[in-house]
Amino acid sequence: MLTYEQIIEKYEPALGLEVHVELGTKTKMFCGCPTEFGAEPNTQVCPVCLGMPGALPFVNERAIESTILIGLALNCSIAPMSRFARKNYFYPDMPKNFQISQYDEPICTDGYLDVEYETPEGMKTFRIEIERVHMEEDTGKSLHVGGATGRIHGAEYSLLDYNRAGIPLVEIVTKTVLGTEGYAPQIAKAYVKELRDILRALGVSDVKMEQGSLRCDANISLSPRGSGILGTRSETKNVNSLRSVERAITSEMHRHAQRLEAGERVVQETRHFQEDSGTTRSGRSKEQAEDYRYFPEPDLLPVAPSAEWIEELRAQLPERPSAHRARLQQLWQVPDKEMAAMINAGVVGIVEETVAQGADPTKARTWWLGEISRLANEREVEVAEMPITPKDVAEIIALVAAGELTDKLARQVVEGVIAGEGKPKEVIAARGIKVVSDEGELVAAIERAIAAQPETAQKVRDGNIPAAGALIGAVMKDTKGQADAARVRELLLGLLA
Amino acid sequence: MSELIYKSAAQLSESLAKKEVSAREVTQAHLDQITKVDQAVHAFLFVDTEGALAQADQVDAARAKGENLGPLAGVPLALKDILAQEGIPTTCGSKILEGWRPPYSATVVKKLRAAGVVILGKTNMDEFAMGSSTENSAFGTTQNPWDLTRIPGGSGGGSAAALAAFEAPLAIGSDTGGSIRQPAAVTGTVGVKPTYGGVSRYGVIAYSSSLDQVGPCARTVLDTALLHEVIAGHDDYDATSINAPTPPVVAAAKRADVKGMKIGVIKELSGDGYESGVSERFEESLEILRSQGATIEMVSCPNFDYGLAAYYLIAPSEASSNLARFDAMRYGLRVGDDGSRSAEEVMSMTRAAGFGREVKRRIVLGTYALSAGYYDAYYGSAQKVRTLITQDFAKAFSSVDVLVSPTTPTVAFPIGAKSNDPVAMYLSDVATIPVNLAGVAAMSLPAGLSEGLPVGFQIIAPAMKDDRLYQVGAALERELAAKWGGVLTTKAPKLSSSAGA
Repeated sequence: MLTYEQIIEKYEPALGLEVHVELGTKTKMFCGCPTEFGAEPNTQVCPVCLGMPGALPFVNERAIESTILIGLALNCSIAPMSRFARKNYFYPDMPKNFQISQYDEPICTDGYLDVEYETPEGMKTFRIEIERVHMEEDTGKSLHVGGATGRIHGAEYSLLDYNRAGIPLVEIVTKTVLGTEGYAPQIAKAYVKELRDILRALGVSDVKMEQGSLRCDANISLSPRGSGILGTRSETKNVNSLRSVERAITSEMHRHAQRLEAGERVVQETRHFQEDSGTTRSGRSKEQAEDYRYFPEPDLLPVAPSAEWIEELRAQLPERPSAHRARLQQLWQVPDKEMAAMINAGVVGIVEETVAQGADPTKARTWWLGEISRLANEREVEVAEMPITPKDVAEIIALVAAGELTDKLARQVVEGVIAGEGKPKEVIAARGIKVVSDEGELVAAIERAIAAQPETAQKVRDGNIPAAGALIGAVMKDTKGQADAARVRELLLGLLA
Repeated sequence: MSELIYKSAAQLSESLAKKEVSAREVTQAHLDQITKVDQAVHAFLFVDTEGALAQADQVDAARAKGENLGPLAGVPLALKDILAQEGIPTTCGSKILEGWRPPYSATVVKKLRAAGVVILGKTNMDEFAMGSSTENSAFGTTQNPWDLTRIPGGSGGGSAAALAAFEAPLAIGSDTGGSIRQPAAVTGTVGVKPTYGGVSRYGVIAYSSSLDQVGPCARTVLDTALLHEVIAGHDDYDATSINAPTPPVVAAAKRADVKGMKIGVIKELSGDGYESGVSERFEESLEILRSQGATIEMVSCPNFDYGLAAYYLIAPSEASSNLARFDAMRYGLRVGDDGSRSAEEVMSMTRAAGFGREVKRRIVLGTYALSAGYYDAYYGSAQKVRTLITQDFAKAFSSVDVLVSPTTPTVAFPIGAKSNDPVAMYLSDVATIPVNLAGVAAMSLPAGLSEGLPVGFQIIAPAMKDDRLYQVGAALERELAAKWGGVLTTKAPKLSSSAGA
């Protein structure tokens, strides 16, 4: 089997990414039903999104506005006239048995997104070209009950929830991305992350990968170097986190290489990413391309945004993330290397939010890049996905600054919050964490330590200051780590002077 | 027998307003007539006796309180079973929807209710509006009141027959390729296909979305106009509905004046294939219009020859997609769900059992026309023909105010005569289809009888000029009625309870 380095030597990877974003509109794409996540099944439905006979779709203006904003942020051309189309196929969770989508006349085309990535040779910018951004409606959800796999085949029965049916989706499709070399998995991840930051900054979606409001299908193929022909691609679905984007592509590159090395061909198919094993398994084969019989949706008029409206929206665009980052770096006085580390760890936005909550920029950066990154690594999740908020971190930083927590205690609080024990104050209360600042209590503990180790105490009195460490350690142990070590040292040296 | 059933909606409106008669009496008279003759005619699939009387009582109570009521308040109406009416069985003529009671009402139904119109029940139709005879209804054929051995036209044969059998003075139809006008023609009644987008399609079970249009049906031009005004107008729930004021159709029907108007006779919709009786009545009507001061000229619309072919690609294509939702999952028929079969199998068995032959034929046709590799040749070409036909109309309307033709090539044919020859059946709509393809407005009104059976005269107006249909139609109707001693339906056989059955 080839190593990763050998794969890159022999083959050139080609990437293609399709990202689906659920828009954060209050109502669905083609009716007035609410879009809130997590409601009782089939309570957010009406004749339109249930596909009742006679019901007709009507377009949510806000969804069009959000899509144009996305297109503009991705440097796309906005079509003066685009059309909805019907994608026809039968599936129980699709109420009309066709999905209203866009086909050959999407609303946004030909854009790009620049992705920065720190390689060993330094920070590099990769331009990911965007082929199209189009609108469509989401389907309902099927829950297959019984059977071993949780898949439709072998299930005893299936439950259908149409709450999600008709929620506005935007699909962002890249052109084939070449030239990422060995960084293909990392660039893919960086692209999705950058896209997520942009979407968040635009305020058009809550972009929660774990709730499915941002979903990524990763296409990858390998072609023998110098062949000039693209290889057969596979499309991996069910990639539910940024980390999974990288893992899925890496795994697929290995699988493709293995097949090609063995003289087998790669089958064009849909694959599903398996979170636990980090590999993909075969879904349905696309060898016999499904015929969706697309045709223009006759129930809806073409979308024809006026040039004035587009310019109005363009003026509303927030600062581009890259420009924004450059500004922050200057404002916070962050060295280049540190900034690159923050970008690669995807914490710039979180640090910024923490600063916005009143924290010192350097402290905020240290927490997110240090302790929280370490814990994220342990859990194998992205820092951004850790269950601790910028507000929590800012609060903890403030408590340290006020002398109510030591750095060591603060780490315990962070750990507690991440472990789901509650907000910082709750963790502090529940764990009984507090800085022992009562001098009388400290002095008593110091005296107990001196009494227990009289010889050590004498060494200190004789001027062997480093020997004080053992005594300080004993005091900290006595106070269960809740004393401020610096203060203990001060008091101890005073007593033994 | 109550004379109330022979009155026009306009006459009933006047009597109701003067409180000479109550809405309950009017409604009861029509319910009685349905009881008496519908076994023979079979115009209705469902009669809402209680609901209709309750609506009538509401109107009477409102009138007693001196509330300001619309002109049609208390006037009964027959509703084509293609429109969803909350809580009322709605089948669209198909087994696949048997037992379905919609949880909502079509916009047109809401407008009718708001206007105080009393909905008597749902009328028979070809399954999913696919047909020209009602023989494709899953619930039996409707008989033509003029001759119970003949078809009443289709798909809206039930609505037209209800008018001709005096079961209702007003009816709602839907017209995708002629389903209002062809039944009107063969039953001696009046039917209008409004401009596409003039009347909301929300709640109208879709056959071919880009062609479907709901419209008014009655026995007189004025009644049709009164109903048109109630149901028309913009609807936020239908993205294709036009956001502009409804043309002044009632005023136009009252003006009934063609002096100085230019009328174009469509060359391609005459001659071969048109029965001589049909052509004679058509010529006589032209003569009347000329005598009333209109100028008549011949107009050529060369692309109309491809209309039928284009229609039978576009309509089935859209239908194949529109009818995909009937899958047993959420409503209607479910076959084979015994716990041993997959959802796909149940879907497939339900569709096999629930759809009739013609519906399946069009689904297969449409699926094929849209499929990869054939799309451009079939659906794509058909759309081009559609554009050419629209251009033919535009060119014609640059020189004339309205266009005219016979509505159908023949009078009502015997039941069963064409049921094994789909293409012969499709030809019934050769003169009506171009109108749908271009989205313009058209009316069919009676031009007289040929061998005892009604002949229809078609008037076509540009989009959003629906008022011209009524202006010309009312003028022609006035002159013909003067000749006949009343509108054509006055000559319709008075059916007895034993008739035909």
